[in-house]
Amino acid sequence: MTEANFESHVPAGPIEEKWDHHKFDVKLVNPANRRKFRVIVVGSGLAGASAAATLGELGYEVTMITFHDSPRRAHSIAAQGGINAAKNYRNDGDSVYRLFYDTVKGGDYRSREANVYRLAQLSVNIIDQCVAQGVPFAREYGGLLDNRSFGGAQVSRTFYARGQTGQQLLLGAYQALARQIHLGNVTLHERTEMLDLVIKDGKAVGVVTRNLVSGAVRSFSGHAVVLATGGYSNVFFLSTNAKNSNVTAIWRAHKRGAYLANPCFTQIHPTCIPASDDFQSKLTLMSESLRNDGQIWVPAQTDDPRSADQIPETERDYYLERRYPAFGNLVPRDVASRASKKEVDAGRGVGPLKNGVYLDLTGAISRLGRDVIDERYDNLMQMYERITGEDPYKQPMRIYPAVHYTMGGSWVDYNLMSNVPGLYVLGEANFSDHGANRLGASALMQGLADGYFVLPATIGDYLAPLLGSDPVPTDDPVFTQSEADVTDQVRQMLSVKGTRSVDWFHRELGKIMWEHCGMARSRESLEKALAEIPALREEFWRNVRVLGENESFNQSLEKAGRVADFLEFGELLCLDALQREESCGGHFRLEHQTEDGEAMRDDDNFSYVGAWEYKGADTAPELHKEPLEFEYAHPTQRSYK
Amino acid sequence: MKVTLNVWRQGGPSDSGAFQIYEVDDVSPDMSFLELFDVLNERLITKGEEPVAFDHDCREGICGSCSMMINGRAHGPERGTATCQLHMRKFEDGATITVEPWRAAAFPIIKDLCVDRSAFDRIIESGGYITAPTGTAQEANLTPVPKEVADAAMDAAACIGCGACVAACPNSAAQLFTAAKIEHLNLLPQGQPERWSRVVAMVDEMERFFGSCTNHGECESACPKEISIDFIALMNRDYIRAQFKQRRLTGQKS
Amino acid sequence: MTKVAGELTDAPNVNVPRRKAPFIVTFYRSAVAKKWLMAVSGIILLGYVLAHMVGNLKVFLGKDEINEYADWLRRLGEPAFPREVVLWGMRTVLIAAFVIHIVAAYQLTMINRRARPTQYKSPRDYAAASFASRTMRWTGVIVLLFLIFHLLDLTFGTVNPGYVGGNVYRNLIASFDRVPVAVAYIVANLALGIHIFHGAWSMFQSLGFNNPRYNPWRRTFAIGFAGLITTGNVAIPLLITAGVRP
Ligand SMILES: Cc1cc2nc3c(=O)[nH]c(=O)nc-3n(C[C@H](O)[C@H](O)[C@H](O)COP(=O)(O)OP(=O)(O)OC[C@H]3O[C@@H](n4cnc5c(N)ncnc54)[C@H](O)[C@@H]3O)c2cc1C
Ligand code: FES
Repeated sequence: MTEANFESHVPAGPIEEKWDHHKFDVKLVNPANRRKFRVIVVGSGLAGASAAATLGELGYEVTMITFHDSPRRAHSIAAQGGINAAKNYRNDGDSVYRLFYDTVKGGDYRSREANVYRLAQLSVNIIDQCVAQGVPFAREYGGLLDNRSFGGAQVSRTFYARGQTGQQLLLGAYQALARQIHLGNVTLHERTEMLDLVIKDGKAVGVVTRNLVSGAVRSFSGHAVVLATGGYSNVFFLSTNAKNSNVTAIWRAHKRGAYLANPCFTQIHPTCIPASDDFQSKLTLMSESLRNDGQIWVPAQTDDPRSADQIPETERDYYLERRYPAFGNLVPRDVASRASKKEVDAGRGVGPLKNGVYLDLTGAISRLGRDVIDERYDNLMQMYERITGEDPYKQPMRIYPAVHYTMGGSWVDYNLMSNVPGLYVLGEANFSDHGANRLGASALMQGLADGYFVLPATIGDYLAPLLGSDPVPTDDPVFTQSEADVTDQVRQMLSVKGTRSVDWFHRELGKIMWEHCGMARSRESLEKALAEIPALREEFWRNVRVLGENESFNQSLEKAGRVADFLEFGELLCLDALQREESCGGHFRLEHQTEDGEAMRDDDNFSYVGAWEYKGADTAPELHKEPLEFEYAHPTQRSYK
Repeated sequence: MKVTLNVWRQGGPSDSGAFQIYEVDDVSPDMSFLELFDVLNERLITKGEEPVAFDHDCREGICGSCSMMINGRAHGPERGTATCQLHMRKFEDGATITVEPWRAAAFPIIKDLCVDRSAFDRIIESGGYITAPTGTAQEANLTPVPKEVADAAMDAAACIGCGACVAACPNSAAQLFTAAKIEHLNLLPQGQPERWSRVVAMVDEMERFFGSCTNHGECESACPKEISIDFIALMNRDYIRAQFKQRRLTGQKS
Repeated sequence: MTKVAGELTDAPNVNVPRRKAPFIVTFYRSAVAKKWLMAVSGIILLGYVLAHMVGNLKVFLGKDEINEYADWLRRLGEPAFPREVVLWGMRTVLIAAFVIHIVAAYQLTMINRRARPTQYKSPRDYAAASFASRTMRWTGVIVLLFLIFHLLDLTFGTVNPGYVGGNVYRNLIASFDRVPVAVAYIVANLALGIHIFHGAWSMFQSLGFNNPRYNPWRRTFAIGFAGLITTGNVAIPLLITAGVRP
C-alpha cells in the first residue's frame, strides 16, 4: 500500500510546532546560490503568481508559463466572496486553532491535520502581505480592516474587497510578479500551454509546451517544476469556472507518474443562476451571502404554473426551514444543494425550464427596507438582472446548484511535492487542505499560503543537494521524445476530420458526469458513467472535427486537447467515486445515507486519501491509500437539524 | 430571434481581413453575446468553415478577456457591461450587428477578433506595484486607511484590463487604464514611497505604445467597470508634480 | 508583426524614444506634459480672449472710448517703461502661448495618428465624445486661419480698405461694412466658442484639477465662459453690420 515514494513527510511534534520545526529541519539554499537554480512555474493564478513572485524575490531563476494572455487573467480573478484569516479582529473567539478545527470538520475529516493547521497559521501572514501590497480590502470608518461572516461560519473572519476579492488578491500577486519580471528574475511565457511533464531518472526536469499563437512546440527545463494550474470543475462542462480552466496539466503529469488524489471530491455550490437554454455555456455564481437574508422555497404542488406572486404563503414550501429548523437557509453548501435537487427532481422546480428554486428577498426587503438590501446586495441584484432580465426586487431570484470547486487534485506531501521528486503542485490543483468539502473563502487562503509561504520554504530542501548540476538540456532524448508525443497528438486531432465539434463532446461528457456523478451518486449511476465515458472517448478520436491548422492561433485545437484529457480524467473521477463507499462532504452516495437522507460517513473504512497511479491506457489505475489520523480534531457526524 | 452578424475575419496578423456576413436564427434572447458566437461557431464547424476566434474566459465580466467592438461601441450598447455580460435581449429581432476587433497600434490583431494586449503588462511591469517582498509586511492593522481612501482605491482597482478604454478612445490612448492602475496604488498609504517614481515610469511606458488623452470621455463610457476619468486628472497631477518635485524631500511635511 | 509569447511587445513605438536629455527636453517629450503645457498656454489664451472681448465691446460706447482704450494699451506701463514696451511684452507671452499650444497640438495629433494606424472599418457610435471635443483640431485650424486674417485686417491693415493706424473705430466699421467679412468673423467666432467650450473643461483634466466638490462646476464654467466670449465677440460684427453705430 505505502511505497517509498508515497510518504506524507508530516513532521513529528505537537501540531502547533510542526511547521516551525520543519522550517528549521529542511535544507536551505544559500542566497548566492539561488540564481543557479531554475524553477518552472506553470499557472499564474493566486498560487502560481504568488509562488513565482516569491521565488523570484528569493533569487531563483523562474520561468513562468501560462496559457492566459496575461498572468492577471487566471481564473482566481473571479473569486467574489472573500478570504479567511484567523486574525480575530472581531474579538469573537476566533483563533488559529478554531480555523484549523473548522476547516477539518468542514472537510468532513478527509484532510491532513498538519497541513490544515499550517494553513490556519499562515492565514494571518497572508492578510499582512496583501495589505502591504496595496490590496484595497474593505475598511471600517476608523480605517481598520472590516470582516464578515461567510458560509455559515460562527465567527467573522472573512476579509473582502467588495465582491471582487479574488481579483484584488490576484492583482496583488500579479503586481509582485510583474516587478520580478521587470527585474529579470522571472521570465514570462504567456499564451503558452503546458502539454507534458518531462521526467528523467524519476525526477521532474521540465515541461513541453505549445505556443497558442504560433503552434510552436517548445521544451523548458529546470531543476524543479511547479504546477499551479487550478481545478477541474469543467469536466462537468457547465460549472462556475472560467471557460478555459482545465485538467490538462495535472492529468498529463499523472500520466507521467504523479498520483491523483481524491478526484471524486467535487463541490457543488447551491446558489448559481440556473441554465436558461441549451446554449448555456457556463453558470454564474451568486454570492452565498444572499442566503443570510433570503428564504429558499418552491411551490408546494408539482408543476405549479403560477408565477411567484400568485402563490399564497400557505402553498409555498420553505423546505430548508422545514427540514433543518436549527440552521434553516444557512445549512452548508452540500446539504442545501442536495435539498434543491430533491425538489426540482420531484417536479417542483420553478422558472421557464423548471430547473431552479426561489431565493426570495422580498420578505427581507419589507422587513429591513430596500435601502438595507441595496447596501448589502446591490451589485448582486444588478448582476442577476443583467443575466436573467428579471428584477429581483420584484420577483424572487431563481437559483440552482452548480459545480464550483474541486477538492481533489495531485497528491502532494507536507512539502507540497508530489510523489515525483522535483514536481510541486499548489493551489486548487493539489488535493491537500480541504478534505471532502471546502469552506467558503478558504481556497484563496490556501492558494496564497502555498505560493507565498509554503513552497518558498520547502523547495530548498529538494534543490539544495542539486547544487552544481545543470538543468537537463532540452535536446536530451527525454525532451525530444516528449515533444514528438505532443506534436503527434496535435496532428492526430487535426487528422480525424470527423463530423462533431469539440464542444459537442464536452457537452456530452458534462451531461454524463452531472447526471451520474453529480450531486448524488450511486453504484448503478457510476457504472453507467463508466460505460458511457469510454464510448464517448472512442467516438471523440474517431469523429471529432478540428478545423484549421496547428501553425496558427487555433482555439478549437486548444480545446480539443483539453477535452481529450477530460474524457480520460472523467473516468478516473467516477472510479474514485465508485470505490468510496461512503458519503462525505461533496461526495454523496445514495447507498450511504441515513433514513432522513443525510450523508453517512464511514470512518472505519474510508478515513484515507485515495491516490491513484496511472498504469497505462489499457490498464486499470491502481489505488494507493494514505491513512488519515486525527489527533486533535476528532471526527464527529455533522448535524444541522 | 434572428440576427445578421457582420464579423471581421482576419486569418493572421499580416492578413488584410474583411467583414463576413452570417445569418443566425433561433437566437434566444437569454443568450449572452458570446453564446451567440458559440452558436455561430458550432454552425460554421458543421459547414466546414473555421470558427471565429475571440478571446473569453470567465464570462462574468471580471477577467477582462472578452473584447469586441459591437456596432461601433467597445463592448456594445449597454453601459458598464463587458461583452460576455451583454445579452441578446438588448438587440431587436432582425437586427444587423457589426463586430470588429479592438484597433490600436499597441494591440496587434492575432486573428479575427483576438488582439494582443500585452502592452498593458509592460505598463504594470514598469512600476505598477508596491515593493513589498513576501515576508516584509507589517501587521495589517498597523496602518489605518481612511474608508474614503480605501473605497477610492478600490474604485480604481476594479479595472479588469480589457482594453475597452483604448478601443473606444479616438486617440487609442490608454490613460484610463494607466491612471486606474497608478492611482489605485498612489492613493493608499502603502503606495506613498514609490508614488512619484511609479507615476513617471508608468506614464512614460504607456506613452511608448499609446496615443494621448484629449479628454473626450469615451473611455469612461465604454469601461465595463465604469471607472471615472477623475483618475486621469489625478494621474496628470501626480505626473507633473513628480517632474518638479525634489524627491529627496518626499515624505517631509510640505 | 507576429509576436512570440513571452517576448516584449513588439507593438511599435508611437512616441519619441526617451533618451537621456536635459530635464526640460525629457519633460516636453511626454504627452502628458504636452497636454499640461497646452492647458497652461490655453489659460493664457483664454485670459487674452476675455480681455480682448471686453476691450472691443467699447466700440458700442462710441468712437472716442475705444480709440482711447487702444491708445491706453500702448501707453501701458508708462512712465516706468517706454511706450509700447509692456504691450510688446504681453504680445511676446501671447505669441509664445500660441506657438506652444499649436506645436504641442500638432505633435500630439501625429502621435495619436500613429497610435491607430488602421481605423475602424465600421462607423463609430460615440457615447461621450462631443461635437466640440471631436472637432478641436478643425476649430483650432479655423481660429488660426481667422487670426491671420484678423491681424492683416485690423492690426496691419493690409486687407482693410483705407486703414488708419490708431483709429480702431474707423477700421472696424470699414471692415464690417463688407458683409462677407462680417460673416467670416461670425463663423470664426462660433468656431472659437466651440473650441473654448471643450478647452475650458478639458484644461482642468490636463492640469489635474480634480475635487469632487467642484467638479460639477467645471462644465458650468466651460459653458458659461464659451457662451460669454461667443456672445460678446459675435455681437460686434453682427450689430455693426446691422447698422448699430453709436
Ligand atoms: C465563481 C467563483 C467564485 C469563487 N469565490 C471564492 C471565494 O470567495 N473565496 C475563496 O476562497 N475561493 C473562491 N473560489 C475558488 C478560488 O477562486 C479558486 O479555487 C482559486 O482561485 C484557484 O487558484 P489557483 O491559483 O489554484 O488556480 P487558477 O486561478 O485557476 O489558475 C490556474 C492557472 O494555471 C494556468 N494553467 C492551467 N493549465 C495550464 C496549462 N496546461 N499550461 C499552462 N498554464 C496552465 C492558467 O493559465 C492559470 O494561470 C471561487 C471560485 C469560483 C469559480
Ligand atoms: S470573458 Fe471575462 S470579462 Fe468577459
